[in-house]
Amino acid sequence: MSGSGVARFNPAYALVGPALGLIAAFFFLPVAAAFLLSLTDFDLYALADPANLRLIGARNYVALLRDPLFWVALRNTLYFVVVAGPLSIAVSLAAALLVTPAAVRLKGLFRTLFFLPVVTSLVAVAVVWRYLYHPRFGLLNYALGLIRLGPFDWLGDPQLAMPAIIAMAVWKNFGFNMVIFMAGIQSIPERLYEAASIDGAGAWQQFWRVTVPMLAPTFFFVGVMTLIGNFQLFAEPYVMTQGGPAHSTLSLVLYMYEEGFRWWSLGYAAALAFVLFGLIVAVTLLTRVRGRQARDGAVTVGATP
Amino acid sequence: MTRLGALVHYPLALWIPLALAGCAGGAAPPHEVRFWAMGREGEVVQQLMPTFEARHPGVRVRVQQVPWSAAHEKLLTAFVGNAMPDVFQLGSTWVPEFHAIGALAPLDTRLDGPTPAQLDDYFGGILDANRIAGGIYGIPWYVDTRVLFYRTDLLAQAGFAAPPADWAAWTASMAAVQHLVGSGRYAMLLPVREWQPLVILALQSGATLLRDGDRYGDFQSAAFRTAFAFYLDIFRRGLAPVEAEGQIANLYQDFAAGFFAFYISGPWNLGEFAARLPADMAGRWSTAPMPAPTGDGPGISVAGGASLALSPGARDPDTAWQLVEYLSEPATQVSFYRLTGDLPARRSAWDDPALADNSHARAFWTQLQHLQSPPKIPEWERVAGKIADYADAAVRGDLTLDAALAALDRDVDALLEKRRWLLARRAAPPPDAGHPAGS
Amino acid sequence: MSRRAQARVLHVALAGGSLLTVLPLWWMVAASFMPTGEASSFPPRLWPSHVTAEHYASLFGRLDVARYAGNSLLIATATTAISVLLNSMAGYAFAKLQFTGRERIFRWLVAALVIPGQVGMLPLFLLLKQLGLINTYWGAIVPGMASIFGIFMVRQYALSIPDTMLDAARIDGASELRIYWELVLPSCRPILVTLALFTFMGTWNDFLWPLVVLTDGEMYTLPVALANLVGEHVQDTELMMAGAVLTVLPIVLVFVVLQRFYIAGVMSGALKE
Repeated sequence: MSGSGVARFNPAYALVGPALGLIAAFFFLPVAAAFLLSLTDFDLYALADPANLRLIGARNYVALLRDPLFWVALRNTLYFVVVAGPLSIAVSLAAALLVTPAAVRLKGLFRTLFFLPVVTSLVAVAVVWRYLYHPRFGLLNYALGLIRLGPFDWLGDPQLAMPAIIAMAVWKNFGFNMVIFMAGIQSIPERLYEAASIDGAGAWQQFWRVTVPMLAPTFFFVGVMTLIGNFQLFAEPYVMTQGGPAHSTLSLVLYMYEEGFRWWSLGYAAALAFVLFGLIVAVTLLTRVRGRQARDGAVTVGATP
Repeated sequence: MTRLGALVHYPLALWIPLALAGCAGGAAPPHEVRFWAMGREGEVVQQLMPTFEARHPGVRVRVQQVPWSAAHEKLLTAFVGNAMPDVFQLGSTWVPEFHAIGALAPLDTRLDGPTPAQLDDYFGGILDANRIAGGIYGIPWYVDTRVLFYRTDLLAQAGFAAPPADWAAWTASMAAVQHLVGSGRYAMLLPVREWQPLVILALQSGATLLRDGDRYGDFQSAAFRTAFAFYLDIFRRGLAPVEAEGQIANLYQDFAAGFFAFYISGPWNLGEFAARLPADMAGRWSTAPMPAPTGDGPGISVAGGASLALSPGARDPDTAWQLVEYLSEPATQVSFYRLTGDLPARRSAWDDPALADNSHARAFWTQLQHLQSPPKIPEWERVAGKIADYADAAVRGDLTLDAALAALDRDVDALLEKRRWLLARRAAPPPDAGHPAGS
Repeated sequence: MSRRAQARVLHVALAGGSLLTVLPLWWMVAASFMPTGEASSFPPRLWPSHVTAEHYASLFGRLDVARYAGNSLLIATATTAISVLLNSMAGYAFAKLQFTGRERIFRWLVAALVIPGQVGMLPLFLLLKQLGLINTYWGAIVPGMASIFGIFMVRQYALSIPDTMLDAARIDGASELRIYWELVLPSCRPILVTLALFTFMGTWNDFLWPLVVLTDGEMYTLPVALANLVGEHVQDTELMMAGAVLTVLPIVLVFVVLQRFYIAGVMSGALKE
């Protein structure tokens, strides 16, 4: 197909077409269909006979608000987001600060080791951690026992199950954000540190006055990505606790999976999915606003993020 | 199309996976029967296949093992995705649900064959679970009911020569055993994710679980409340541990170590106990029928077990049926028992010395005469899940007994709303007499 | 604190940190080689008393793990190959070619990144059922064949391709497709390798979608088979660990060999934001 000679068919469409077509068909179309589904009471009966389908409008959403399990799942998901997010970012930053300084030898080795959990399969890791958390034979309780703590029923105590999952999730993902922080730290000009040290700032003060503000856009990027990912918590509770004990690790996506693929209440599950989607959008917009505020604020005030 | 033209130039590395990917999982040679079996049965039934294949040359049975924890959703997913196997095992309490969606082929015409007496050979309560609207949709494969497994030596040491026959004796013996083994150990293991023990207690107390033609929950009735209170009491008095499912239960090690002395379980553990308990445990445990609320006769237990069903979309239904028949023969049932410890669904199979001489199986034989099915509605699996959820919450103290029962009623009522609507619609005369009724 | 002492503290902290990070994986490997029951001993062991490969033998023999690995490989390779092609085509077009609505469509795509993949999963399942793709390899491949993230990555990189080179080729009369194939692809090699890595690793590790779409046991990918195994064999710790090792090992190897590209990809994504 030659370029400009032929009639107005723009070859760009041939390049863009396949990918966009697939995305439209296998992503946007199902999402739109999910919205329609959420307005019906599609379930097993409807699967058997479409005559059993009822259009119920917003009733799924109302039922959702009245469903105690929805609130439990929401609370658990928010718990995870609010705790695992900052914790993971803090650990990633700490690791990045440890690995980046020029004085560090075997930088590549350490970076690889820290990154290793990221590339492992979540299912495999969840299985391993399930054994690590065993109250009697697990490594963790044994180690804690050496300093006279525990034993803890990590996956059996409703108070401890979510923290256990958070710990595992942080371990699994901190390497990813660490690398991003490393990129950010390496791009901070050395002269800023020199200037601060001339002003008499110690290492700690340099960290707060130079590193943190200069990393603000990185914090923002990492924060939003981590946030969106954390809202979609699923595989860890699915493999480790099936949402238990006593629904303490039931996340929104896990609840959606159970309603959708275990019981085939597709209408209800679709409503759940859209509420999750709305939540993520709302939170993302919120961070944009806060981010813009922070950036404006940082320009005028100076070092405070 | 330019895309097609461009495809020709793609490197080989792209072609190979594409070509291989074209081999869908569904293409299969003729006379192949796909059989999904669950849990331990799935692992073991493979060993019975060579005999069947020898009898039917040219037929190959492909057994797929599915863990129980995922079986329900895998079957439903397969049904929705049009990827059902030809023959499959399913829990007998799932039969109403799968019948409602049209996943089970009716079997009556096949049973009217040369052996009409076959139906009488099955335990009544078990067969009844497979009968929906007068038709048979599943053939019981093995029977499951729950009985009491217990440590004879611990019970004797606690001063009880015989297993308890009523609730009072049961409580007394549990308390005595608890006293004997001391703190950190328990009298009974009651995994909170299992609904069967609580439902058994409820059925024994005369509770109906659902009312009004199974349209509403009936969990705040006096009968259910009695059973629930008894169940909670076992935990309150420290006779059973508040356990979690996430914890990997090392059931056999714990039983051998005396971590608990009573356990309500099913016949699969006959085989498992024999296989996994240490050798010195051989004479130190036994089984007994469930204790009744009061002393007259053994208590009711819940009818369970698994059935074999045929998919309406089976490619070779006759051969698939032959597999079901083969697995239902008394001789095969006995072999199966020897391999798994699962109890045959056919009474004649119990005459075999392997079973007749098995003292542990005797409790099951007795219990199988005293069975009741849970309500045969498609939503039963979800209702059972709710029962387990609220029992769990009450046991942990998150809800009071009354709050738990009220919440259970509320949730179950919501679950059954669609059923009520469908039944009401069916009952009302159709506005246009020319159209056939809805479903 | 002196420079040298600082460096020492740093290295000690790093050593400690990496030890903690690697410990679960170490235990996983060690337990997979322990004789049955030893992984549940108390106190827990970090090293098998004697190394045995019986669990791996079990996995490959009785449990047919080679097939699952093959499935994973097939699906991951096919998805990667197709998606790298399609995403790079679209990414280049968004970066360098003019067409109506280009900027608007791109903005919508980026905004759609926020939509969690699970939203459309159920209708997607029903759609694939209509197409007869349930329980086929294509059913597992199709949803991953084009991704907004992939297009985004390539587009960001392709922006830096010098226009002069492209214009020169156009003046010489080359078609757009030829320009793409012979000029753009080679220029984009680093990002393509990164994208291929991301896609391969992501697809290999993918759990939820293969779980749902592959109903036949023979089609399972490794993570799905492992989860299935857990359902039945949760008591057999050592066997489970061997299964976990097999699921993790290929990707770790790929990563270690190609980590330069992977890390560069992660970093570039951050900087160009």
